[in-house]
Amino acid sequence: MAEAEQIEVQINRHPAGLVVRPVGDVDLSRSPSFRGELKKVLDEGPGRLVIDLSSVPYMDSSGVATLVECLQIARRGSIPLVLCAMQTKVRSVFEIARLDSVFTISESVETALEA
Amino acid sequence: MSGENHSEPHVKLQITSQPRYLCGARELIQAIAKRIGFDEMSCSQIALALDEALCNVMRHGYQERTDGLIWVDIWATGDEDDVPGLTIVIEDEGGQVDPATIRSRDLDEVRPGGLGVHIIQQIMDSVRYEKREGGRGMRLILNKRLVPQVEASAS
Repeated sequence: MAEAEQIEVQINRHPAGLVVRPVGDVDLSRSPSFRGELKKVLDEGPGRLVIDLSSVPYMDSSGVATLVECLQIARRGSIPLVLCAMQTKVRSVFEIARLDSVFTISESVETALEA
Repeated sequence: MSGENHSEPHVKLQITSQPRYLCGARELIQAIAKRIGFDEMSCSQIALALDEALCNVMRHGYQERTDGLIWVDIWATGDEDDVPGLTIVIEDEGGQVDPATIRSRDLDEVRPGGLGVHIIQQIMDSVRYEKREGGRGMRLILNKRLVPQVEASAS
């Protein structure tokens, strides 16, 4: 098995929900770590989960798959999940995968907390 | 060696099937694509296509073993009579599958995984899988044509 690289994930707690901000590329080497961090956050049962992608310059399909899995878990727990502040190149991956209409996507953390 | 391009590759890269080195392959192909004349978004998408192809080799060809070898040969086409663009050939020594069985999954089904082939097909102009000779490994031949800016903006 490949040795997974750890991803830096910053977590901010707001009254309206929990904001998770991964930092750096999310590719096959970091997706397992990202998945683990998201599962820990989902286990807390937040009222709303916002994933701030402003510091993710690159994401491949393993990162997208991690977010799809997160969405499925959030839906089962009735936790609203919002992606926000996507960089153009990352957004294009969601568009190619035709997942841009599956997720709720906001322009900023502020709007995501209200979405 | 690619089945169709018999000249020596302009750039050759050998990496192990260790995901942490994907970033290096992405940087390399982006820099070459940029120098050829692809716009920034195309460079990023070509890097994504290569990344997805390498991920598929690592996950499926080598079953997540990290000591497999992967070769990436790159040609910048268009120096002579051929169409300007990029040809990328990826070869490995992992497991073989029937190329006819490699296809994109149904995108209406929202589930994690299985998007790599679809992404590669959407980005590249041609995608061809072959079994390598000798009973081991696959070969993937990718082409991306450089669309002149006027044509690109008109489409």
